[in-house]
Formats: sequence, structure tokens, C-alpha cells
Amino acid sequence: MVDVVRGAGGLVPAAEVEDVELYHPKSWLTKYVFCQDAKVIAIQYSLTATAIGLVALVLSWLMRLQLAFPGYFSFIQAENYYQFITMHGMIMVIYLLTALFLGGFGNYLIPLMVGARDMVFPYVNMLSYWIYLLAVLVLVSSFFVPGGPTGAGWTLYPPQAILSGTPGRDWGIIVMLVSLILFIIGFTMGGLNYVVTVLQGRARGMTLMRLPLTVWGIFTATVMALLAFPALFVGAVMMLFDRLLGTSFFMPSLVELGQRSQYGGGSPILWQHLFWFFGHPEVYIVALPAFGIVSDLISTHARKNIFGYRMMVWAIVGIGALSFVVWAHHMYVSGMNPNFGFFFATTTLIIAIPTALKVYNWVLTLWRGDIHLTVPMLFALAFIVTFVNGGLTGLFLGNVVVDVPLSGTMFVVAHFHMVMGVAPILVVFGGIYHWYPKVTGRMLDDTLGRLHFWVTFLGAYAIFFPMHYLGLQGVPRRYYELGQTAFIPPSVATLNVFITVAALIVGAAQMVFLFNLVRSLSHGKEAGGNPWNATTLEWQTPQTPPAHGNWGKELPVVYRWAYDYSVPGADRDFVPQNQPAIVRSA
Amino acid sequence: MSIIVLFLAVIAAIIVWWLSRQRLAAKPWLEEGALGDFPGTGALALPPAQIGLGVFLAVVGSLFALLMSAYSMRMGIIDGKPLPAPQILWLNTGVLVLSSAALQGAQLAAKRGDLGGTRAGLFAAAALALAFLVGQLLAWRRLAAAGFLLSGNPASSFFYLITGIHGLHLVGGIVALGRMNARAWSGNRAADLRPGVGLCTVYWHFMLVLWLVLFGLLTRGGDDFLAICRSLAA
Repeated sequence: MVDVVRGAGGLVPAAEVEDVELYHPKSWLTKYVFCQDAKVIAIQYSLTATAIGLVALVLSWLMRLQLAFPGYFSFIQAENYYQFITMHGMIMVIYLLTALFLGGFGNYLIPLMVGARDMVFPYVNMLSYWIYLLAVLVLVSSFFVPGGPTGAGWTLYPPQAILSGTPGRDWGIIVMLVSLILFIIGFTMGGLNYVVTVLQGRARGMTLMRLPLTVWGIFTATVMALLAFPALFVGAVMMLFDRLLGTSFFMPSLVELGQRSQYGGGSPILWQHLFWFFGHPEVYIVALPAFGIVSDLISTHARKNIFGYRMMVWAIVGIGALSFVVWAHHMYVSGMNPNFGFFFATTTLIIAIPTALKVYNWVLTLWRGDIHLTVPMLFALAFIVTFVNGGLTGLFLGNVVVDVPLSGTMFVVAHFHMVMGVAPILVVFGGIYHWYPKVTGRMLDDTLGRLHFWVTFLGAYAIFFPMHYLGLQGVPRRYYELGQTAFIPPSVATLNVFITVAALIVGAAQMVFLFNLVRSLSHGKEAGGNPWNATTLEWQTPQTPPAHGNWGKELPVVYRWAYDYSVPGADRDFVPQNQPAIVRSA
Repeated sequence: MSIIVLFLAVIAAIIVWWLSRQRLAAKPWLEEGALGDFPGTGALALPPAQIGLGVFLAVVGSLFALLMSAYSMRMGIIDGKPLPAPQILWLNTGVLVLSSAALQGAQLAAKRGDLGGTRAGLFAAAALALAFLVGQLLAWRRLAAAGFLLSGNPASSFFYLITGIHGLHLVGGIVALGRMNARAWSGNRAADLRPGVGLCTVYWHFMLVLWLVLFGLLTRGGDDFLAICRSLAA
């Protein structure tokens, strides 16, 4: 708990308080396993997300092998292929990216960056992780149930998701829905913590406009997730009812295997509305933390204040709000009213304005900066390029007339992988290279890091750039094999082999990264407290890695914003947020 | 989906109101300063638990707004006809109102420092809430006996689903209320109970208002409401 005193001017956190109310672990078990310290929870979240992410990585290898060499691998039948794409998508979007950005980065950075000792509800925070772990284990169990995991595609569209003929119809879909429900319950517990900690846990002097953009990004994304995840929750519960109890929320009357099914009158489109009401904000739930982190990485490693801080904050909030009124742009081909299409195309294109504003501000931050091409900086720069690439194809797909022919092709796959797959994951890597020294006290190996970066960056382009071309050729997504199709030229097969080889190499490069993570724990260069000469509070802790309670006896006091780099007249090229005002002569 | 969009518009209005008080137009790069130079952090003068509850209620509100959106979309399809309300629902509604009132009484008693009143209010609130849940189960049985089963009719499917989720939220509240009761009977002063009782009361009133909305929507009372919505949409 953060100790607070009531002052005349509202709530003012005390400057000098002992950690009286702080939870203290008593045994090994409560210190490392059932721990309520946000930093330990962050590491637990990150390791679990990485582990399940590796499963998704292997699944992507398997599906790429099938696409490049159809019929060559006897263990990849059509139903396995659909199971692979479904699980790959769901794991990457929800169990990896969402959990890593909010549960991992959020838990570690929020208390440290705002100058708190811990989250405000540490016990609930701990529960959040354990429910997340349970959700992951339930998800993994679907590989072992009869019939295997669901193969309904990550959007789980009814009616096919629960009809016979779809792989995993018996058990897989049930297990998937239960796992999603658990994930959402666990996330809500964590999300309450992140929001209330940012609202109430800030140190003295840390006004909202002095928060690092990382906190702004994670905060806004959490608010969005709290409001958007219930849509998936409602959809999942209703589909479970349809599957298990014979209701017809989503299921229309239909004939299944020659028999008229028990269902009647339900609306598959209703699921699409619920799913995308969650699904589109989800894109920004992943993107906003990435925006925030990348802003901090660029400012720190270019030794220059972030350009247009206020605009950056406004843009984050604006994007968050707009993202709730664009969901139906995923449904242009669902047969909805064309007027709706016009409305949602307009809102979609409007989002490009605050987003482009952020890109300009990043570029202007770099302009005439003292750019250090460290590994985190390389990843941050790669993010800007990749995000712009993915965003531009978003402008194509946001327009109804362009989307209709491209919908369901590899062009869409290329677009969303660039914009919400590769781009955020590059930020995850950049963030890990940046904060690993704070978490462990040691630097990650630079040479291995550069190798990892270049293979990942160039490799990701080798994978996803050609997919745009495949999509324009009309190659459909979700097809197990193309067979003899008149309009698809034979060169597509060659290109598929190329993409698969690139995917295998990029996947292997991630093993270099994991090796680096493990090896640097014991062999890395000693980092010291502030290896990047950064201004934000997490680099000013008395110990590295930060001890329990983060700050020792006194909470920090904040005197300035987070971006005082290269201030004229200052001794060093950075001024930490907790350094008192420099006395200047008038 | 108009209900959820409306709900989010309300949330957005609250957020905008709050942000407008946060000096978002400040120029932080010019505001280097000593401790006394700036007003607090802009944090609200409320304990974190109250704000946490507020955020949680926003999430619960979003959940039910989505359920109601789904209901109105699904009922727009030909086979959707609202349900005849079992009479017992009126009785249940009265019981829930009394439960909320008892808890409000407990809160006022705790404010006065009246331990006996607090205990009585807490106990009555928990007992009445349990009675409400039993009444809901009876309503389910009446509906089932009248041939409105879970499957077959979308109105009854939604009725079981939504009242079930509302009931589960009340069960969670009763667990919290049970813990408050235990604390009230184990030698705490009324003043110590006040924050906890306050949180329970807010949650209870929210659940009551939510029930009133759901009651109107899910039964024939919601007919007129739907008609208005349709005429607005048309």
C-alpha cells in the first residue's frame, strides 16, 4: 500500500514514510511463488507469456511448413492446420501480447515509474497472475483433449465454430471459451490495480503531465481493456450456452449432416459484433503500450526530449476513444447496411490522424538528436518503420471498396501481422533490452542482441512483405492447400517456400535471444543503477534490481517531467525526474 | 449495440470531466519546480478502495450493457418475443429494495458510531439478499413449469443468462457482506467498519438499479422500451 496523508490541497502522498503498510513476504514460497510484489508478478507474467508464446511460434513453423510443402508432412492434415492457425492467433494476440504488455511491463514499470512502493491492491494483483496461469494451462490442455484444440479460426465465428466438421468441435471449443473467460477475470483483477495505482499511487510532484509516456500508454490501454474485454466475456459465455445447453443466441436454423439441427433463429452476426467490439480495441490495447514504450526508448537513446509531449498524450487518449467506434470495419463483408460501412470507414480513417501525429513526433524527436544506435534504439526505429508500413495497408483495408476484394486474402494477413504482430513485438524486444539491466542488474550481450535484431527485422520483412503480393494475386488466407487454381500463378508456390525458409530462420533467431536472456543473468556486464543515463524514476532506485518496497525509507519526490535530456546549462545530458531544480542566475 | 455505445459515452463523459481537471494543457517542460511550487498530483481525495470499486462497477456496467445490447439485437429477429413476468419477480424486487435500504441503514448507523444498528443492518441486508436469490430461483422454476425452458425461446434464454449473471454478482457481494458481518460481530468499533460498509452499500445500490433496468428490459415491461428504441432506430 502507498501511505498517504490528507493535506489541505487534496491527497498528497507523504515524502518521508516508512513502508509500514507494505506487505512483507515471510517465506521462500511467499517471496518467489505466491508473491504479492508487483516486480515478481511481472516476471511471472513475462515468463509464462514467453513460454506459451514459444508454443505459438512452433505452431507458426508448422503451418508455414504445410503452406510451402503441401502434402509433404503426414502429421499435418487439414484439421491440424486449422488447429494450428487458431491456436497461433489466439495465443499471440491475447496470451502473449496482452499479457506481456499489461501484466509484464505494466506490473514492473507502473509502480516504479510513478514512484510507488507497489500496486495498491497487491493481493488482487497476485490472484490476477494465478488466474492467468490457470487460463494458460486450460488453453494448453486443449492440445490433449479428445479431438484436439478448436480449429475455428481465432475469431471463432459461429455457426461453424460449434458445428461438426470443425476440428475440436467436441472439446476444443469448450476449453478455449473457458480459458478466455478465465483470462478476462484474471485480467480485470490486474487491470483494476494498474488503473488505481496510476490514479492514486503517484509520488509527490508526479502530476499526470509528468508521467512518462510508457505509463500513459499502459494506463490508457488498461482502461480500454477493462471496457472491451467484457464483450468477449459475454460472447464466450453465450457461445458456451449455445454449445452446451442448446440455446440459440448465435445459431441459426440449419441442416447438419442431413438432419435439421436443434438450433433456430440465432444471429451469427451478433457474435461478430461482440467479438469485434472487443477485437478492435484489442489492437490498440497492444499498440498503445508499444507507442508509450517506444517514445521513451527514442527519447532516451536520442538524448533529446520527446517532441510534442502534450500532443503525444492527447493522441494516446484520442486513439483509445476512437478505437471503440470502428469495430465494424472488420465486418464489411458480413452483409451489413452499406451506410454503416461508410460510417465505420470514416471513423477508421480518422484514427490515422492521431496515429500519424505520433509518427511525426517520433521522427522529429530523432531529428538532430544525439542518436545512440543501441540495441533498444534499433528495435524502436524498426518499430516506426514497420508500424508505418502496416498502418498504410490499414488505410487500404479501411476503405470498403478496397477491402471487399482483399478481404479474406493474404493481404489482410500481411497487414495485421505488420501492424499488430511484428511492430509490437519489436517494442517488446526493445523494452526487454532496455529494462533487463534494471530487472537483473546486468546488461544483455550486445553482439548477440544485434544479431537477434537484424535477423528478426530483416526476416520479418522477408516473411510479410511478399504476403502483400500474394494477397493481391488473390491467394486466400486460411486455405490448407491451394491445389489447382486457375488464377494463382505457379510462382506463388515458390514464394511460399521462400517465406517459410525466412520464418524458420526468424524463429531460430529467437532462440539466440532466449540464450542471451539466460546467459546474461550470470555472465552479463554489470549494469549499475542507470546504464542508459535515463531520467525516469525507475532508474533512480537506491538498489538495482530494486529491493522490495522499491525506494528504501523515503519515497521519491518529482521535480520535473520525464524528458529533461540535453538541457542547456545542466552538468550532464540528462536530469533525473527526482533531481531538485537547478538554480539559474537571473 | 446502441446500448453499449451509449454506456461508453457516459463513461467517456466521466473521463473527459476528470481529464479536464488534470491540467492537460500544462507545459511540463517549463514546470521545473520545488515541492511547494505545484499543487498535488491531481489524485482524488478518496481511498484507493473506493476508486477501485468505482472502476470495477464501470467494468460490471460494461458487461451488462453488452448483455443488454446482445438482447436487443437478438430480440429484433422474428422469433424474439418478450417473456410474461412471473408475479414473484415483483416480490423479489421489493426484497432487494429492502436489502439495499437495510444496508443504507447500516452505513448511517456506522457513521453515527452505533454498533448495534450497524450489526442489525448488515445482517438484515445479507438475509434479504439471500431471500432475493431464493426468490429468483423460484422464478426460474415457475418459468420452467410454464414451459419457458433455457433453450427454444431466445427471451427465456436471455432471462436465465442475464438473471444468472446478475445473481452471481450478488453472490460475490454476499460473500463480502458475510465478511463484514463477521467483522461486525468480532469486536470492531463501528467507526472501523465504516469504510467497508460504505463499499458494500455502493455495490448494493448499483446491483439494485441494475436489477430494475434488467427487470424492465427482460419482461413485458420492456416492450414499450423496445418499441421506443425501434422507433428511434427507424
